[in-house]
Amino acid sequence: MYDLIVIGGGPAGLAAAHAAWEKGVRKILILERDRELGGILNQCIHNGFGVKTFGEALSGPEYAARFEELVEKTGIEVKTDTMVLDVDPDRNVYAVNPTDGYVTYSAKAVVLAMGCRERTRGAISIPGSRPAGVFSAGTAQRYMNIDGFMVGKRVVILGSGDIGLIMARRLTLEGAKVLACVEIMPVSSGLRANIARCLEDFGIPLLLSHTVTEIRGDRRVTGVTVQEVDDKMAPIPGTEQYFDCDTLLLSVGLLPENELTKKAGIDLDPRTRGAYVFENRETETEGIFACGNVLHVHDLVDYVSEEAKFAGEAAAEYIANGERPRESFSVTTSGGVTYTVPQKIRKDSGMKLINVYLRVNRKVKKGDIVIASPEKEIARYHKQNLAPGEMITVGLPSVLLPADGGSDTLNVSLEVTEA
Amino acid sequence: MRNMTCLECPMGCQLSIDEQTLEVTGNNCPKGEAFARAEITNPVRILTTTAVIESETESMLPVRTKDPIPKGSMDAAMKAIKNVRVKAPVEVGDIIVEDLVGTGVPLIATKRVLK
Repeated sequence: MYDLIVIGGGPAGLAAAHAAWEKGVRKILILERDRELGGILNQCIHNGFGVKTFGEALSGPEYAARFEELVEKTGIEVKTDTMVLDVDPDRNVYAVNPTDGYVTYSAKAVVLAMGCRERTRGAISIPGSRPAGVFSAGTAQRYMNIDGFMVGKRVVILGSGDIGLIMARRLTLEGAKVLACVEIMPVSSGLRANIARCLEDFGIPLLLSHTVTEIRGDRRVTGVTVQEVDDKMAPIPGTEQYFDCDTLLLSVGLLPENELTKKAGIDLDPRTRGAYVFENRETETEGIFACGNVLHVHDLVDYVSEEAKFAGEAAAEYIANGERPRESFSVTTSGGVTYTVPQKIRKDSGMKLINVYLRVNRKVKKGDIVIASPEKEIARYHKQNLAPGEMITVGLPSVLLPADGGSDTLNVSLEVTEA
Repeated sequence: MRNMTCLECPMGCQLSIDEQTLEVTGNNCPKGEAFARAEITNPVRILTTTAVIESETESMLPVRTKDPIPKGSMDAAMKAIKNVRVKAPVEVGDIIVEDLVGTGVPLIATKRVLK
């Protein structure tokens, strides 16, 4: 019997396990399906990680190494090459690996830290033939950065998420010609800094409100058709451009990888596609916590580490003292706020400050994030340069929460002051 | 006036610099001011890429320049790194090339490869 099992040895799992150890939990097991710890950071060789956590811009492997070293210095047990098949609500974890075979582990608490995966061509239904040369951006990143294979010579990138932007630069540096980065939305979901250093630095055009409407090629991609779209995202006839290319990368979004969460009977929030969680990142199933990209897709690993530390500490608190009373406020959203994490805030959380992560649905120069109960406004935060691609954090002091007897909901909304 | 996105941290502040007076606006920290001045005189970037490694477990070793190098040196640097052959073991921070294409900046490993 373990005190804590952490599923996933990427940045979230490492930070959660280490934080729990620091809080005195001793029997901790990390289960990782890859051959090494570090998760997707291992293939993210570009720099920019850790500015908030360490005050310097590290590459992905360096950032992972910092946390791996912290974990190595503890007595945390790690099993790599281990695939978790099932988790149940009683915190039994069923897994397989080449040395132990099929095994069942049990724990007082479980942290879900499985990360996310990429949306594929099937998810966005691009018409055309099915030749080789269509890759998700992260797959191409793995081929290039881990395995050392070049994926193509003339490339079009569909989607302007961060991985697509990073790959535009990576491919260009390695000698490929990136013809365009095509984005169906009128605004990129990537970080502004990545648009500047990955596209503008290399003169790669960003075609906003455009999409790929046909993939051509028999054995290998020979070209793609790109069309402008209208405000309903429907292709506009007559705007077809043909790109002669051998490769199409898809950077069309990430989905939290929640198969295990569902098997454990935990409900998912359709907005985040991750579990509903309380302010301490505990799911609706007692003793099972979630953090990192399996809970909601973050734009910076620094936020993943921050949230995971928090979940690890909360798991430690749960192991030591048991469950806190579940009476809580439900957090709703409106007016341009697309989601919040957490979705539930306990009335007696035992915390002074509750960190609320949220996203907005459009670009706004200046706006206020307003937290209100049905009776009155309780907090207002002035924010600048809001964008869908940039997660917003607000700290809600728990003394501001409505006193007992009032309503059980809190609403988070955006009030635009300068569009 | 020239407008640019600050690359010093993920915030991505929108900077403007007056090319005559070198006055910078839109920055939220002193790093942004220095960035904008460098950007119109000698723009520099950290280069991150991979080098071939002889190892039992890895094919490629992730590497980066220890400090930013001029944008104009990027192509030459990439060509030079293509000819590099690293042998395991390597630690994070080990110097792979002392002075990368005359920039005075070393190329360092960003991953530990034990064997």
